[in-house]
Amino acid sequence: MPADDTNNRSMSDGTGGKGAVRIRVRDLKKRFGDLEVLKSISVDVHEGEVVVVIGPSGSGKSTFLRCLNRLEVATSGLVEIDGVDVNARKVNLNKVRENIGMVFQHFNLFNNLNVLDNMTLAPVQLSKCKPQEASLRARKLLERVGLADKAESYPHQLSGGQKQRVAIARALCMQPKIMLFDEPTSALDPEMVGEVLQVMKNLAADGMTMVVVTHEMGFAREVADRVIFMDGGYIVEEGTPEQVLLHPSEPRTIDFLNKVL
Amino acid sequence: MLRIITGYGGLLLSAMGRTLLLALLGLFFACIIGLFFGIMSVVHSRVCNIISQIFVDVIRGVPMIVLAFFIYFGVPYLFNTIIGGFSVTLTALQAGTVCLALNCGAYMSEIIRAGIQSVDIGQMEAARSLGLTYAMAMRRVILPQAIRTMIPSIINQFIITLKDTSILSVIGFPELVNTAKNVQANTFMSFQTWAIVGVMYLIVITILSRSAKMMERRLNAGR
Repeated sequence: MPADDTNNRSMSDGTGGKGAVRIRVRDLKKRFGDLEVLKSISVDVHEGEVVVVIGPSGSGKSTFLRCLNRLEVATSGLVEIDGVDVNARKVNLNKVRENIGMVFQHFNLFNNLNVLDNMTLAPVQLSKCKPQEASLRARKLLERVGLADKAESYPHQLSGGQKQRVAIARALCMQPKIMLFDEPTSALDPEMVGEVLQVMKNLAADGMTMVVVTHEMGFAREVADRVIFMDGGYIVEEGTPEQVLLHPSEPRTIDFLNKVL
Repeated sequence: MLRIITGYGGLLLSAMGRTLLLALLGLFFACIIGLFFGIMSVVHSRVCNIISQIFVDVIRGVPMIVLAFFIYFGVPYLFNTIIGGFSVTLTALQAGTVCLALNCGAYMSEIIRAGIQSVDIGQMEAARSLGLTYAMAMRRVILPQAIRTMIPSIINQFIITLKDTSILSVIGFPELVNTAKNVQANTFMSFQTWAIVGVMYLIVITILSRSAKMMERRLNAGR
C-alpha cells in the first residue's frame, strides 16, 4: 500500500480539503442492464474529511458508495483509494478493503457469531493481530460505542441501534483509514437514531475520513465538511453544508430540500 | 414368526449392519460431493454453475436402479471390453457406495445450494467489505448459517438414502432386502419375513429421525 501521496493535493477542488486525497473518483459510470445509475461522478475525498451524500432515492447514492470498495464493479471510470485503482485487474482487493470500513443500512452483523466474534473475525482471520489483542481492541471499541456489556450477546439479542453501533465498532476493529456509511440510520426506530449518530459524530471528531449516505439533514449540517447532492446519477450540487443545505442554487436541490425539511 | 427370529435373526441383524454400513459410506461421500457441487452452483463462475447443474440434472434424471446397473455392470464392461486392456472389477459394496454417493450427492447439492442462497446477501457483503476472502466468508459466516436451514432437508435426504440402499439388492449386495429374499426362499414364510424386515427398517429410521430432531432442537436452542 503506497503511502499518502502529497502530490494528490494539487487535485484539491477548493472545497476545504484538509489533507491528502484519500478517495479519488473520476468520471465514474455504473450501469445495471439498461439502467444507467451513475452517469458521471467525479469527486475527491481528503484525509479527515466528512462528506455527506444526500439525494432522492434512486439517485445513485448507495451505488456510488458501493463502487468505492468495489461491492459494485464500476462500468467505467476511475476509483482510487490512496492511489490504488480498485478496478485494476491485478489489484489486491481484499487488502484495499481492509482499509475501508463499511456500515450498512441493515447492519449485516454475522448472525452466527456473538458481538466479540463479529468484531474479531476479520482481524484474526487476516492475521492483522493475535486473537487476544483483537478481543482487547474489540472490548475497547465496544466501550467507546457504549456496549461494553454486550460483548457476549448475539445479534438477535440486540436492538437496531445497538446492532448498528456494533457494526460500526466491527468496522473500526480493522483500524480502517476510511469509513463508508450506507444509510446507517434508515432502518432504525426513531428513538435509536440519536445513539448511532452520536457514535458517528465522535468518529468524525477523531478525524476519521468518512463518506456518509444519509437522510439525516441535521447530521449533515452539524458534522459534514462537504455535502454532495446527487440526483439522476449526477452530482448536482456540492459544497459546505451552509452552501448546499441553507443556500442551494440548483432548482433540483431546492426542490429536494423542500420535500425533506 | 418366532422361527424366523430365532433361526434367521442373527442373519437379518448382520444384514441390517451391512445396510447401515452401505448407507453411511454412501452418505459420507454424498456429503463431500454435495458440498462440492453445491458450492460450485453458487460461486460467481458461469462454467462452475453449469457443470454443477449438468451433474444434478443427469443424476436426478436417471432412476437409481439404472445408475446401479450402469456402475456395476456398465462401467467395468466399458473399460474391459469396449476400450479393452483393463480388468476393472467392482465389488457390490464399491458400486453401491458410488451409486448412493452420486444419487444422494446430487440432492444434497441442491439442498446446500438452496441453504447458501437462503442466507442474506448482506452477510457476504459485510464479510467481503472487511477484507475477508470469499472462501473465509463462506466458511466462517455463510455456511454456518446455511447449515441451520439445511438440517431438516439433510436429515430427510439421509432417511431416503438409507431406504434407497434396498434398491442395491439388485446388484447382489447382501443388504437387508437381499438377505430377506433368501430367508423367504428358505422358509416360504413371506408374510412373517417381510413384516420383520419392515419393522427393522422402521425402528432404525425412527431412531434416526428422533435423534435428528433432538439435534435440530439443540442447534436451534443455541442461537
